[in-house]
Amino acid sequence: MSASRQYELVYLITPDASDQEVTDLHTQIEQIVQRFASSNAVLEKTENWGRRKLAYEIGHHREATYVVETINSTSGDVMKEIDRRLRVTDQVIRHLVVRVDEEIRVADRTRDARKANQARRRVARGLPPEPAPGEKRGDQDSDDDRDGMEVQR
Amino acid sequence: MSGERGGGGGRGRGGDKDKDKNKDGPRRGGGFFRRRRVCKFCAEKIDYINYKDVRLLAPFLPERGKIQPRRISGTCALHQRKLQTAIKRARQLALVPYVTD
Repeated sequence: MSASRQYELVYLITPDASDQEVTDLHTQIEQIVQRFASSNAVLEKTENWGRRKLAYEIGHHREATYVVETINSTSGDVMKEIDRRLRVTDQVIRHLVVRVDEEIRVADRTRDARKANQARRRVARGLPPEPAPGEKRGDQDSDDDRDGMEVQR
Repeated sequence: MSGERGGGGGRGRGGDKDKDKNKDGPRRGGGFFRRRRVCKFCAEKIDYINYKDVRLLAPFLPERGKIQPRRISGTCALHQRKLQTAIKRARQLALVPYVTD
């Protein structure tokens, strides 16, 4: 079983790099992804944030071009190769690879569980399962703290 | 005689104390105003704390750039853990500072 994994790659390019160099770098990554077609590697989405101020100096640079790429693959080998390539690329001053599919799955699950729970409780109170837009929600205590805000039922 | 009246505030002291307790429980952290601490992420139903969203993370980083403790921000344990990793990732990408002096 090899479920699809999703990775997010963020890399920071020196402010000295031209637009052409930024696109070149992107095509380089695209090519690497294509080479890993055997593990179903697909470049899902690219986001160029453009030039941004850095929160701290990295190698005397005060700003950098941010690019975010979302890559789907069934194996981590693509990211290994991209990571290696970006390490040796001088124009890239910082990069980060994060595997996000598991986190997104957890987030989806908690959201679905909350919705189901809400629907169940609403039905138990004799209300329609979905709250009407603009419905007043007076009796909410969103935490479990014993802080005197408990709702008396 | 008049001194006693001033100290007690005119009303029974014990009764006042009880009322306070019922309202908000014991006061925490020595803060002067009592503010109800609610986890921001629970309240706004944010399930995934995105490390690229600086505006989401910024309120949890006071001037020094350190991560605000739970006891001050009121974030629940689950979300504080997620917030922590998000902030640490954002720091690597120079989106938020490690330290500011």
